[in-house]
Amino acid sequence: MTETFFSATYLQYVNSRKFDLQMTQTGTPQRAYADDATLIERIRAGETELFLELIQPYERSIYLLAYSVLKNQADAEDAAQETVLKAFRHLDQLRSERTFKSWLLQIAMNEARIRRRNNHGYLYQSLDGMTEGPEDGEVAPRQFADWREIPSETLDRKEVREQLNKALYDLPEKYREAFLLRDVQHLSEKEAAEVLGISLSAVKIRLHRARMQLREKLTPLFKKRWRDRLPFRKGEKPW
Amino acid sequence: MVSCQKVLQELSNYIDNDVDLDLRERIENHLKTCHRCSVVLDTTRKTVRIYSDEGVLEVPGGYSQRLREFFLRSAKE
Repeated sequence: MTETFFSATYLQYVNSRKFDLQMTQTGTPQRAYADDATLIERIRAGETELFLELIQPYERSIYLLAYSVLKNQADAEDAAQETVLKAFRHLDQLRSERTFKSWLLQIAMNEARIRRRNNHGYLYQSLDGMTEGPEDGEVAPRQFADWREIPSETLDRKEVREQLNKALYDLPEKYREAFLLRDVQHLSEKEAAEVLGISLSAVKIRLHRARMQLREKLTPLFKKRWRDRLPFRKGEKPW
Repeated sequence: MVSCQKVLQELSNYIDNDVDLDLRERIENHLKTCHRCSVVLDTTRKTVRIYSDEGVLEVPGGYSQRLREFFLRSAKE
């Protein structure tokens, strides 16, 4: 490790590092000037101080995936820390055909699973097999109510956020993971299959079931209320 | 004409544009006349959209800072 990595200047740089990242409205960081490949090339060439910049857009994804497996904040943070360290130490093993994000999330998934096994949690895990039986997830829709419009302010409300989180974490783990990787973290089907160690068709089936189950869970929250159907608005007298 | 069951079974693939042209057309014809399937499709799309920003999922306060500090402490070992 180079000395420059831990110099006072660098620590200052890290602590104040909003320098070249921009935040979107929802707080998801976007790279402003460099893509992963360029950063990786520079880190491999010795600019190790850029590593924190490389992982910054993925910090959240790492935690969420680890939490999805472990369902415990402290354990998920430990797994996330170990993930970042391993990614740094093994960056030379990243093959060019893989995206950094999917490689990083695969490390996170392995770390979380190892941690769960070490916690003896595996004794209580269902046999999360490679096959997709019809018994545990085929969802015939029960809710047919239309939803009202959902403005972004609604999604920012604390109680709505809590319900969105609860709905996701109440899903069976294998569906939740497929949904997280595909619809939240936007990996391709192939990448999600690699991270989960399952086939493409299993990813499709799990994703479908996750979406259908989530839709059922969210319908009571977002369905049109009787007053949404009234032909006049609140405060406007119809007479 | 394709059945409701088939449409619901293929809903995710349809959303992901992962059905062949013929099936796509049959699904679309079905949706024109089946209110229930249209609602399920629309609300499933909304579900996907709501979670499409991982900002809706909670991460503990101070997590990023702790992660960075751990990394800076550990990477030199």
